[in-house]
Amino acid sequence: MSTTLPPQFEVIDRPLDTQMTISFGPQHPSTHGVLRLELILDGEMLVKATPDIGYLHTGMEKLFEYKKWQQGIVITDRMDYLNPLGNNLAYVMAVEKLLGIEIPERAQTIRVLMCELQRIASHLVWLGTHALDIGAMTVFFYCFREREKILNLIEAASGGRLTPSYFRIGGLMMDLPAGFERRCKQFTDDFLAALQEFHTLLTGNKIFQRRTQGIGYISAEDAIDWGLTGPSLRGSGVEIDVRRTNPYTSYETYDFEIPTEQSGDVWGRYMVRMREMKESHKISVQALSRLKPGSIKADAPKVVLPDREAMKTHMDALIHHFLIVAEGFDVPAGEIYHPIEGSKGELGCYIKSNGGPKPARVHFRGPSFVNLSALPLMAEGEMVADVVAIIGSIDIVLGEIDR
Amino acid sequence: MSKEIEQGQASAEAEAATDNSNTPSPLVAALQRQNPEWVGEVIEAFNEVTVIVPRAKVVEVCSFLKTAPGLEFNMLADLCGVDRGPEEEPRFEVNYHLFSTTKYHRMRLKVLLNDEDTHVETVTTVWRTANWHERETFDLMGIIFDGHPDLRRILLPEDWEGHALRKDFPLRGYEPYSLT
Repeated sequence: MSTTLPPQFEVIDRPLDTQMTISFGPQHPSTHGVLRLELILDGEMLVKATPDIGYLHTGMEKLFEYKKWQQGIVITDRMDYLNPLGNNLAYVMAVEKLLGIEIPERAQTIRVLMCELQRIASHLVWLGTHALDIGAMTVFFYCFREREKILNLIEAASGGRLTPSYFRIGGLMMDLPAGFERRCKQFTDDFLAALQEFHTLLTGNKIFQRRTQGIGYISAEDAIDWGLTGPSLRGSGVEIDVRRTNPYTSYETYDFEIPTEQSGDVWGRYMVRMREMKESHKISVQALSRLKPGSIKADAPKVVLPDREAMKTHMDALIHHFLIVAEGFDVPAGEIYHPIEGSKGELGCYIKSNGGPKPARVHFRGPSFVNLSALPLMAEGEMVADVVAIIGSIDIVLGEIDR
Repeated sequence: MSKEIEQGQASAEAEAATDNSNTPSPLVAALQRQNPEWVGEVIEAFNEVTVIVPRAKVVEVCSFLKTAPGLEFNMLADLCGVDRGPEEEPRFEVNYHLFSTTKYHRMRLKVLLNDEDTHVETVTTVWRTANWHERETFDLMGIIFDGHPDLRRILLPEDWEGHALRKDFPLRGYEPYSLT
């Protein structure tokens, strides 16, 4: 520990020469789902941690191969259930690349707006649960209050709160409802004050600082070698963000910064996410100001469902509607790996198509999966109570790890 | 330093353009210059470069790509297996998606495997992140990574039979699986 403690609280960190194996999880609330860790302890010191995953494995990648291209979107919602719009985007954009479809500007702007709102919502869940794990209960209620506002916005746009399936191949499910911009603006106007509240609750909190600073260190070289991405990598001082390195949906035209911290510990990853929420807010404000009336669906009648009104009045629209729903559409043969910046790191979608209405293989590179594999490196040598702080700091979602 | 690399890449590009009508990317040109045996087929589509690498050379190629100046693929973004179907020959593909945190470029390596011999050498010696990716590929696709430090099932239970992502594995499994 960096600071000296009063003698009655001194940490005894010499080995006790007796080892104990305990099973941490899968029902432990601090494992954020159904993660099991096999911990070998020497007194309170962690000697070895072995993550045991797969409790939530539902064979989603197998399921993709039996579903039509457009049916795959609803499966992606259920992977990283805190960032469903990001998953939608990775899948949908990969298919669009294979099809060679261009998306209208309004649809792109709405995608950026919704993804950034979703990123804030995902970070809010992380912040609330991370603080709860460490012992600060109040933060959780404040975070969920703000998250509720975002979920209401997503519900207004798509009809779903946790499983929106809002992005479709070739555009969006439907346009934003009337009054959405006003409600969204109200949220963005209020959010910075709320963010300041979170800082007041946690950032200056001495207990929180002691629990996080210098804990769970990972160096930049190790982080890259272990494939860490997202805030976990940027917390070690590596300025990598897919939105900047391989821009998509015109992110290159938005003005935002990539926050990094040099410390490489739980505190560094905490600060990166806190600052990232501010950047996401900045992007949402820009996207909101760019919203102009226009089409939200690409001009690809064989792929994109026609408008309801057109379907009722035009013969060809009806035929296309019937064919898309009944038989699906063919995607040209080829393979693609499309990475996006999810809320937890690089979310990659690998798709292989042999032509035909169903994919030959869909694979998701879940950032949580890769970030969790580096957990033993960060946790070994720490106290057992710090393991929950480290798990919280890498922000895992088991739905994405087990798929 | 970076200017030199850019010039090097540009000259490699120019070189390749003179002797080949369809220009290979500088990444492929660099590989070919180092060892022509490493590069099997090259596929360029959707702004992505795919190089099919002979199975025996995959670790050599990966180490070269990781360390060579101007390439610096220091991160393995993803590794996944593909089953083309039981009647296809070669049946399996292993895809390595590489990324460089300094140059920001990406590239895909592909290794083809036959049904009878699904062995390929592990790349955990090059990037440690390959550990879980390879375990997952072994678990779901049945590809064996020789030299892997801990090649156990990762998502499915230890006593699971078969490999669930193979095309001949039925969607609902062979029989109701019980955890008892």
